[in-house]
Amino acid sequence: MRVPLSWLREFVEIPDTESARDVADALIRAGLEVETVETVGVDIEGPVVVGQVLDIDEFEASNGKTIRYCQVEVGEAQPRGIVCGATNFAVGDKVVVSLPGAVLPGGFAIAARKTYGHVSDGMICSVRELGVGDDHTGILVIDADAPVGAPAVEALGLRDDVLDIAVTPDRGYALSIRGVGREAATAYNVEFRDPADVTLDVGVASPSRPVALPDPTACDRFVLRGIEGFDPKAATPLRMRLRLMLAGMRPVSLAVDITNYVMLELGQPLHAFDAGKLAGGIVVRRATMGEQLETLDHVVRDLDTDDVLITDESGPISLAGTMGGLTTEIDEHSKDLLLEAAHFPAVGIARMSRRHGLSSEASRRFERGVDPELPPRAAARAVALLVALGGGRAVGTTHVDLGRAPVSITIAANHPDKVAGLEYGRDVVVRRLADVGCEVSADGDRLRVVPPSWRPDLTDPNDLAEEVIRLEGYDRVPVALPRAPIGRGLTESQRLRRQVGRTLADAGYVEVIAYPFISSSVFDALALPADDVRRHALRLANPLSDEEPFLRTTLLPGLLAALRRNLSRGVANGVALFETGSVYLPDPGGAPKPPRLGVDRRPTDAELAGVFEALPREPMYLAAALAGERMPRGWWGSGRPATWSDAIQLVRDVAAVLRCDVEVAAAEYAPWHPGRCAAISVDGVLVGHAGELHPRVCAALELPARTCAAEVDLSELLGHAGGPVQPSPVSTFPVATQDVALVVADDVPAAAVEAALRDGAGELLESVRLFDVYAGDQIGAGRRSLAYALRFRAHDRTLTAEEATAARDAAVAEAVRRVDAVLRS
Amino acid sequence: MSAPNRDYDPVEVTPLHPDEVERFRDEALAAIAAASDLDSLREVRLAHAGDRSPLALANREIGALPPQAKAEAGRRVGQARGAVTKALAERETRLLEARDARILVEETVDVTLPWDRAPVGARHPLTTLQERIADVFVAMGYEVAEGPEVEAEWLNFDALNLGPDHPARTMQDTFWVESPDSGLVMRTHTSPVQIRTMLTRKPPIYVVCPGRTFRTDELDATHSPVFHQVEGLVVDEGITMAHLKGTLDAFATAMFGEGITTRLRPSYFPFTEPSAEPDLQCFVCRGASVGDPENPCRTCNSEGWIEWGGCGMVNPRVLVACGIDPGRYSGFAFGIGIERTLMFRHDVRDMHDIVEGDIRFTLPFGTEV
Repeated sequence: MRVPLSWLREFVEIPDTESARDVADALIRAGLEVETVETVGVDIEGPVVVGQVLDIDEFEASNGKTIRYCQVEVGEAQPRGIVCGATNFAVGDKVVVSLPGAVLPGGFAIAARKTYGHVSDGMICSVRELGVGDDHTGILVIDADAPVGAPAVEALGLRDDVLDIAVTPDRGYALSIRGVGREAATAYNVEFRDPADVTLDVGVASPSRPVALPDPTACDRFVLRGIEGFDPKAATPLRMRLRLMLAGMRPVSLAVDITNYVMLELGQPLHAFDAGKLAGGIVVRRATMGEQLETLDHVVRDLDTDDVLITDESGPISLAGTMGGLTTEIDEHSKDLLLEAAHFPAVGIARMSRRHGLSSEASRRFERGVDPELPPRAAARAVALLVALGGGRAVGTTHVDLGRAPVSITIAANHPDKVAGLEYGRDVVVRRLADVGCEVSADGDRLRVVPPSWRPDLTDPNDLAEEVIRLEGYDRVPVALPRAPIGRGLTESQRLRRQVGRTLADAGYVEVIAYPFISSSVFDALALPADDVRRHALRLANPLSDEEPFLRTTLLPGLLAALRRNLSRGVANGVALFETGSVYLPDPGGAPKPPRLGVDRRPTDAELAGVFEALPREPMYLAAALAGERMPRGWWGSGRPATWSDAIQLVRDVAAVLRCDVEVAAAEYAPWHPGRCAAISVDGVLVGHAGELHPRVCAALELPARTCAAEVDLSELLGHAGGPVQPSPVSTFPVATQDVALVVADDVPAAAVEAALRDGAGELLESVRLFDVYAGDQIGAGRRSLAYALRFRAHDRTLTAEEATAARDAAVAEAVRRVDAVLRS
Repeated sequence: MSAPNRDYDPVEVTPLHPDEVERFRDEALAAIAAASDLDSLREVRLAHAGDRSPLALANREIGALPPQAKAEAGRRVGQARGAVTKALAERETRLLEARDARILVEETVDVTLPWDRAPVGARHPLTTLQERIADVFVAMGYEVAEGPEVEAEWLNFDALNLGPDHPARTMQDTFWVESPDSGLVMRTHTSPVQIRTMLTRKPPIYVVCPGRTFRTDELDATHSPVFHQVEGLVVDEGITMAHLKGTLDAFATAMFGEGITTRLRPSYFPFTEPSAEPDLQCFVCRGASVGDPENPCRTCNSEGWIEWGGCGMVNPRVLVACGIDPGRYSGFAFGIGIERTLMFRHDVRDMHDIVEGDIRFTLPFGTEV
């Protein structure tokens, strides 16, 4: 809501010493969100005066434009000759003229200059040039009684301040000068003159057309006023046009301008029909199946049976409280008007506005709640203006009021005290509630409060508490700390997740937080098989980009995109990234829709289970990707590229943080290289994959060759996290080391060899470490030699050489048995 | 070695003769003084202080002396050996110093050479900032609650007093999952976690809920469709707005330093009543830039205060929907944007830097903020 300060001051005696910024601050303290304070007209300097057009010489310039050379009386000895490109004015019209030496908003300096074959001795101004609006389609024609030669800024009231207020949904009343004025009056503790206090019986001659309101949930009050003999050519007074423009609305015609002006002033949306285009009586009802209406914006709308319509005998003529229909629109010939002022309950308008994606000045007000006492008053005010400014006469009134359920709230007199933590006392509570317009009656320790008609948001005791607390000032609320019970700190899972992040950062990986929106084409780029479960993704109904409507089932697309972005920006010779985040895995069988539950009680556990079951599974995954140098080249020598082993090792490192034992096995799984992919399992459960990406995937995603990646189900992994560490007792007896080299077939995994050694060596084995892998002529094709360092130690004695050798032999024997190893001598 | 002999005169045993002992000692001291490096000193030590050195051999003879002669001979040999040992130690110290002075100079390296063979990574500041905030509240006794990002409409809206036709519901620019009537949304705030907490725990409830949230805003310098919030929720007996203010002040102090406070402006949220927006006192200028155009403050635009989120007293209707008796319990809730906090706390100018994953943005943050 844009509020010209001059308009506000018309109804509230704000002290003259208060600047617009002061008023804004006072309103902010009262809870109105004043976003900006604009000042108009202050940056008009020098001779800007009221002029009258005496003569127009219109000609076509060489560039094809129609140009006017005008003689304009500006109160000097001679008229001025001024060139103008606009044509929306006539001889005799009064206009605003900037004379040479004037400076207009934006530092636009006016000087006499030669143009189109004439010397233009000034400029006839448009609305935009004066800084009071955006309209640049024509020049501003002002009221006929403006004194020629007078300084225009003062004479026309071009100087004003505008407060732009973001009105929250509970404060529908603040979408009006009336509502903001009441808050300002309370803030300054001054008198408020209610613009809705108008005489209701302006020229009522006879009843207007019949009106029927068959559905009180659609419309519970309707006022129809007739005006005849209206002059459709009558001009809107400049001040009204200025205020409309400052409030952000475009002046259209007197009749429309008056409905808008009254709406801005009082908050009651109004609609003017061309009476000649209506047939018979008015019925406000819900739409029937198949009905259509072409609205003023020239859109033909298919109506829903929940839509609220104003209809006549011809059918729908208006989307109630939202937008009028095209067929009954007033035009430049409309002399007989029907003015509608009605009350539509908020829910109906909110639904209709949302359904049609149509938000108008009217619907914004109705869906926030309009004062139901306003329709007869706003109609009377508008009729009075139409009669006074447009020369019409009021000819009839129809007023149907179905009434509304009275609202009263009973609160303990100290309820606001208990909410705020501060003792206001009963008198303050009663006075503040009266300030907002409530009727308060005492009932012992309790107060019976009837909210004013313009505050439909006041329904609960806490609503009333808020009114008292905000008007007394939030700064009065004291400061105290609650006494929390002893907490349990972070959960094990929360602590471990932090540690996983630190471990990866320490290992050189940089965390990214990618958007979870993905395309379906990325599944093809990742070479996922047609039946891969990861292709089964949830889709957003209203994605920001139609290219990426799906919710990720894998972290890799976002992570690999970030990797590519870093590499293309040349941030380093090697980049290693990781992400931990949710993936969204819909039930392959399709989940039931969650039940729609009430809010008047806690749902039962069964009802809640229905809600939870409808949600997709949302495990937290961990993914990493790396390309380029893993260890950089330096003065120490050459670097080392990132390899499949880095990707696998990072999973091992993470598993170590979680104290789970992972098993690593060769696997073929997209998008990895079929010969360089590890399946990672823990306790026999597959938790993820790691290795080098498939060359075709690297190509498709424009990643460097041999880009590596890992992805694991971190939630699953956390479920297998080990308990407290229980270290073996530390033996202080000497170690006995034995090295063995075992020749095995190529396809025997090192992990199997090591497992055999461990199992065979028995409990004397302290550690086993692979220190060399060799393949070559000495071994023969299809085979390789794995060299292990075994460390033996006993808890209770120094091992003899014989004991160590026996343990080693047992280890080797097990390797021979299990994987057909041959001891290399 | 000679055999023990009671009548033996020590003076008559040649090696134990005072002159001989003195000679052995002097020869040793001369050799020590002549040793020019640690290697020759090692030889001198072997020759003059080793097991076969004259003084060691003389020492062995003492055992063969009659008891009355042992003391005198022992003292004489002992003093000589002591002098040799002391000289050796002194000489060794001097030679070590000399060697160190020479060799360690030769071994001088350029200590400014980099050794960044294993570059470290970093955690995203959104992650670490959420943790830091959570830790502030964990230290006060709160627990960290979590919930899913694809959320039931009932939990994201209805239970928070945002009924199907509530105008605030359209304010939220919701991503709908599958279809607008699926009953599933990308959560528009972390408040459904509060609902989940109240549905599953009994008061007293003190939780903080960090997490990722979604709204249909296009990415620009200050907005992102995917962003993060931290919300706090307290439900207990006798909770008032004063407790909300005190908690926000404690939060501000913990995050931005001693003396930094907050103030509340009236506002509206369906799930709180009364509602407010907390402003954070500018932690850079502390208000000094207000009305001082000579010294503008970029952090607060010289307004002295920074908008920091939303808060209020939990709407009793929300308590009812969660099965908590509003006659007995009251509560407060607050929420702040993590991106926004990161931007003003660390002077980040463009949201793109936060969301794009460029390591040049993230690396300087390390693993803590």
